[in-house]
Amino acid sequence: MLAKRIIPCLDVKDGRTVKGVNFVQLRDAGSALELAEFYSSQGADELVFLDITATIENRGTMTDLVRSVARRISIPFTVGGGIRTEDDVERMLSAGADKISVNSAAARNPGLLNTLASRFGSQCVVLALDARSNPLFPSGYEAVLDGGRTPSGLDALSWAREACDRGAGEILLTSMDKDGTKDGFAVDLTRIISSNIDIPVIASGGAGKMEDFRTVFEDGMADAALAASVFHFHEIDIPELKCYLRQSGIPVR
Amino acid sequence: MIAVIKYNAGNILSVMNALSRLGKEAVLTDDPEIISSADKVIFPGVGEASSAMRYLNERGLSTVIRSLKQPFLGICLGMQLMCASSEEGDTECLGIFPSEIIQFRRGAGWKVPHMGWNTLENISGPLYKDTKEMEYVYFVHSYYAPLSEYTSAETEYAGVRFSASLSKDNFHGMQFHPEKSGDAGERMLRCFLEDL
Repeated sequence: MLAKRIIPCLDVKDGRTVKGVNFVQLRDAGSALELAEFYSSQGADELVFLDITATIENRGTMTDLVRSVARRISIPFTVGGGIRTEDDVERMLSAGADKISVNSAAARNPGLLNTLASRFGSQCVVLALDARSNPLFPSGYEAVLDGGRTPSGLDALSWAREACDRGAGEILLTSMDKDGTKDGFAVDLTRIISSNIDIPVIASGGAGKMEDFRTVFEDGMADAALAASVFHFHEIDIPELKCYLRQSGIPVR
Repeated sequence: MIAVIKYNAGNILSVMNALSRLGKEAVLTDDPEIISSADKVIFPGVGEASSAMRYLNERGLSTVIRSLKQPFLGICLGMQLMCASSEEGDTECLGIFPSEIIQFRRGAGWKVPHMGWNTLENISGPLYKDTKEMEYVYFVHSYYAPLSEYTSAETEYAGVRFSASLSKDNFHGMQFHPEKSGDAGERMLRCFLEDL
């Protein structure tokens, strides 16, 4: 049976992880490579690297990181953040990323999804969709851009459907209402998107305890769940989480 | 010498990286002579069937692949191309296995592609001597090979049981990605590289 995936997300700036990673196991707590290897050995099913490097000059450090991660770890990983053009995608895939995620650039130029899917294949094109509740939109959620700063005017569900039709292979769905709250995933939002499109949905934002993962899989119909700080701060241990989910009847690797 | 067949498909780098993690040197090549003289041949790939077959036919690689006698491993699209035909682009393939590759039907809540970790069941043959029943491996695909007499591992998705792996004489195929399947995948690759 297809397993539900657990995906740690690493924010990377100038080639190093941020968000106060605090692991005694690591020689260098800021090393994205070491952290990736650690999560991989803990049974993470995939990894997401989000490039939050502010300046274009330092973007090359991400390519170097992707190259070393691809050499060292044997599970799939996605690279996102600052990917705007075909060339950006080509650079990340040829460095060894399995998938790339596009966010604001795709919302501003939806044709980018068609171009990427036909050139590189849908399996490596992830749409990162940040949504915030807004009763003025038919689904109850609006897609927001630029890390939540800019309203897109797009209904989250219709944008998800459009992205799917244009060739996105997966949706990384982040709830801007829940992100950073540790209050649980946005189950309602996740269910609305996941049950209405026929590509996998990764739920993101709000993970605080192990039960939250169970709920977003069972009630939110998520195919995968992503979290950052609960893993980075060792509040949730991946082997323990998987054991808990297995005992709850959820298929995990 | 291990030859990895170079053609117009993606994800070849991940196979080269996996081989290097296993301490194996491999040559990435589309040279028929090098491929024919290799001890082991790996045929990876993520891509589209009809354009891949066109590329292989144009370079005479189809004939070379069919005639190989050394252990041969096709991965993902590589395995599908080893079959008789594919619904993807209505393509005639290499015909090493008699199967026809068919597309998952969407609907009833099943999502396509079949993406993620799924279990291997009814495994058989030397590639899986270090693998246990129900071990998880990583799949990403929208087309599949039905069960056949050459099925060497099965899995199930979208209400269909299909071939996760095919084996016939020196030819082996894996629908999943051993190079992205953590320890389980590395054990299988090691069997292919060291025991066959």
